Amino acid sequence: MIHRTIKPEPNIVQGTPLDAKALKRGKIFLNSYAPALRYTWDTGEAMGRYLAELKNGRLIARSCRKCERVMIPPRMFCERCFRPTDDWVYVKATGTVNTFSLCYVSWDVRRLKQPEIPAVIEIDGASPGMGILHLVRKVAPKDVRIGMRVAAVWKPPAQRTGSITDIAYWMPINRRSQRTVSAK
Amino acid sequence: MTKFMRRALETPKELAWLAAKAALDSAEMKLDQIDGAVLGSAPDAFDGMHMKGEYLADGCGGWRKPYLRCYVGGGTGVYAVAQGWFQVASGLFDTALVVCEEKMSTCQPHPQAAFISIFDPFTEQPLKPNLLWIFALEQNRYMQTHHITLEEIARVSVKNKRNALGHPSAQLGAEITVKDVLASEVMAWPVHRLMVSPTSDGAAAVVLAAGDDARRLTSKPVWIQGVGWCLDTAYWTNRDLYYPEYVEKAAWMAYRMAGVKEPRREINIAEPYDPFAYKELHHLEGLQLAPKGQAPKLLADGVFDRDGDLPVTPSGGLLGVGNPIAAAGTMKICELFWQLRGEAGRRQVPGKPERGVAQAWGDLMQVGTVVVVGTTEPKR
Repeated sequence: MIHRTIKPEPNIVQGTPLDAKALKRGKIFLNSYAPALRYTWDTGEAMGRYLAELKNGRLIARSCRKCERVMIPPRMFCERCFRPTDDWVYVKATGTVNTFSLCYVSWDVRRLKQPEIPAVIEIDGASPGMGILHLVRKVAPKDVRIGMRVAAVWKPPAQRTGSITDIAYWMPINRRSQRTVSAK
Repeated sequence: MTKFMRRALETPKELAWLAAKAALDSAEMKLDQIDGAVLGSAPDAFDGMHMKGEYLADGCGGWRKPYLRCYVGGGTGVYAVAQGWFQVASGLFDTALVVCEEKMSTCQPHPQAAFISIFDPFTEQPLKPNLLWIFALEQNRYMQTHHITLEEIARVSVKNKRNALGHPSAQLGAEITVKDVLASEVMAWPVHRLMVSPTSDGAAAVVLAAGDDARRLTSKPVWIQGVGWCLDTAYWTNRDLYYPEYVEKAAWMAYRMAGVKEPRREINIAEPYDPFAYKELHHLEGLQLAPKGQAPKLLADGVFDRDGDLPVTPSGGLLGVGNPIAAAGTMKICELFWQLRGEAGRRQVPGKPERGVAQAWGDLMQVGTVVVVGTTEPKR
């Protein structure tokens, strides 16, 4: 049996890095393509109801009786038990910040002077850890905290379209309004 | 593998060809000795090229052969090697060529714009998110849960970019300090610019062979001892991001297959996925190579340095070598191959490592893909 050794010097110097300047000066041939693609996504049953309730100024979840989770965003089947979910459950438009970021770069790669504050917000009334993604405002970036209590601020009914953005943003619940709410 | 570059002149097909040919040449094999080809590359929307896998087949040695394309986001580079392993381990193929290729320079003005549709169209896209969000949210949760500082995380960038200085393919090898990292622009707090891997063009390939063939081809085969992969729910906002459960599950799947019972003792070298500095630490914990929350301390103690007790990312990783999405994980497998054969040149870790683990990650904080390799042939 002949044992052959593989060449010890790996052959990894191939490839031609392009210089941005050369590209700008038109020294390199290019071809461009902008596809004209439009998509219309069906909401499905769960999202359809979720969006309709958002238009009404409410958050709704679905529960699975087997694992006993109350799930938001709602879904027609439980991905863990792999069975249909059972009931619609209204949940509160208040919650707790699970995590957040201060983002200085927009979705289209522009630099922002004031950061956007995306956060995962655990929703009151849903199972522990059930969070949704949204934006936090009306708070100084340096004051945002994991564990902060926040409430949804809704767009006026006439401006709602049945979208997650019918909630304009979430803001800290201050102690005064917390007392007012619990006194009711 | 090819160089990893910000933008390559080569087409995707040419990049795949360069890496595939280099792999075949290094094994002194011809294409007609390959029974099947596996390709990993990001979906068509990335390149604006429909049926990209079929287009790339010519460059991957796929002409008139059984051919498989796979993709799990950044997890692909390690996952494709696991898929290649399946082909050979099934007994249907004696040899396989695994090629992973990515050109991220094609999508204008930035691949970020193609990424937006990874987010849910109803619950997330209307909020105009960008990919930085999910990393920043996860890094913050990880830091907060374990009281980890930015300095501790910055050390990963310092180590990996320095390690990359020894890699001929590296895009961003550099000697930087923790101070440099923390002075770099805050992109999405707590993420600083020097904690983020670049977008890259590049390709990497490996040749796989069954027992008898492998032993005939080389005196120093590197054996795949275990493979594992696991996908978590796409409902990422319903999860506590401080710890990657799916990486742990994928790791144990591979460790069990490899007969590894105490990973921290039995793994000599690790190449976890490092698209962001904190991710290396996050993944080391998922890989059972550090207790939860302890990876930063072990890093600070020098345990993960090239000459430390458990060298981590001696290649220089995504932070230093580059991040062409599907190919980066395969770069890590290539690194383990060279390290275990003593062929890693300036990057060589001392002490004749015998077993290594490569891990990649992808999607919405979702997939763990793990391969364990070693110098000992697995028992049949």
